[in-house]
Amino acid sequence: MNTLSEAILWLNDPLNWTNPGGLLERLSEHLQISFWAVLLGCVIGWPIGIWLGHRGRGGAAVITFSNLTLALPTLALLTILPLTPLGFGKPPVVVALGIFAIPPLLSNAYTGLRSIDPEIKDAAKGMGLSGGQMLRRVELPLAVPYLAAGLRTAAVQVVATTTLATFVNGGGLGEIISAGFGLGISVGGNQIVAGGIFVVLLALAVEGLLALLQRLVTPRPLRAAKRRRPTAAAPAG
Amino acid sequence: MSFLSWGLAAASPLAAPADDGPGNPWFSWQYVRDNAETLAAAVQFHAGLTARAVILALVVALPLAVLAYWIKPLTGPILALSGVLYTIPSLALLALLAPAVGTTTDTSVLIALVLYALLVLVRNSLTGLAQVPDEVRDAATGMGYGRFGRLLRVELPLALPGIITGLRLATVSTVALVTVGSLIGQGGLGDLILGGFRNNFFKAEILTGSVLCLALALVLDLLIAGLGRLLTPWTRRATS
Repeated sequence: MNTLSEAILWLNDPLNWTNPGGLLERLSEHLQISFWAVLLGCVIGWPIGIWLGHRGRGGAAVITFSNLTLALPTLALLTILPLTPLGFGKPPVVVALGIFAIPPLLSNAYTGLRSIDPEIKDAAKGMGLSGGQMLRRVELPLAVPYLAAGLRTAAVQVVATTTLATFVNGGGLGEIISAGFGLGISVGGNQIVAGGIFVVLLALAVEGLLALLQRLVTPRPLRAAKRRRPTAAAPAG
Repeated sequence: MSFLSWGLAAASPLAAPADDGPGNPWFSWQYVRDNAETLAAAVQFHAGLTARAVILALVVALPLAVLAYWIKPLTGPILALSGVLYTIPSLALLALLAPAVGTTTDTSVLIALVLYALLVLVRNSLTGLAQVPDEVRDAATGMGYGRFGRLLRVELPLALPGIITGLRLATVSTVALVTVGSLIGQGGLGDLILGGFRNNFFKAEILTGSVLCLALALVLDLLIAGLGRLLTPWTRRATS
């Protein structure tokens, strides 16, 4: 409890927020890295998932890929990518985190398109819609709740995992924690716990906001069925 | 020097290696031979920590799942609580645990791993239990089974496929998560990966650690899958 009250004291010091490398700077780094990583995941995961779901094939490949990334430690990608032509700094971190954002986006998009009632698709075909028209006007609108669920899972996971960027000096809020460990538990204990609390609050806030977004984009009739997330998330980090 | 250029060089074996020094920087048998003991110790630590975490998590998760199964109103809160736990970043959890527990042992990493494995195990065990057909339950009751007898003899065995699936997922993700423990030097193969990165980007050490990590996850996954096949012979008959 002693460390906890010291951590709250640490959080109450305005300098710890505004200093170079303070909470505000790290927070903005954190959010930027997370944003680009989720965007990268969307750009890759959604088109592939939508296409596979539209064609109705590749389910096994989607599952295999998801399981493979589950077994791959984030730390491995974070350390390997900076040594490739991507170079050091933010780009390899964004790519590494983006890769881990792909499975939830991909598999939710796939599930979303596959779980559309075949009778609806038959009706659309009967009305003379072509494949592309059916995708745009029927399948995508009906899959929106799933896409939102995938986005939520991926974003929460990425925000949580971005803390690991500190292992390769990639910035983000993890730096606060590892700087605390650098000072040693007895001196930096308050900073470690304060950083931990801050990151937890951020993750919960992102989760809450995106849950709200998911609810907003889910049409009312679909809400009851869409309580649970269709696919399990990979662990946070 | 880079991964890409190495790939190109390997595709055209006639081209002489340009400036890669002795062979491929990403993998060297010499490194593996020279550091066999370190590697073995890291794998052993990694596997041991994973096993302890998953077994502890299972010991906690099964009663929780049974509780949620028996007392339906508890299902929501138990799943919600473990869901909240899942959104907590591993590094943050470690940061909250380490000052309280200390960094000289792997206890804080173990606690974090158990907490993460819990969600998967509770959820899958509960799914497995919920999939037991009502007729089977009625028949067991009709045969005179009490609550515990029915659970042990009928419901848990029938829920085994779900529990095994949960165990596999939990094990694979725990193997990957152990690496985060390298923050406090208790990361098993993660220590190797991070050590290689800090030791002037020693690529062979990084890649060996990563590959061993993947291999360990695969081996444990196959082991549990095999165990599951042995324990549930009736599912094999159904599929074949």
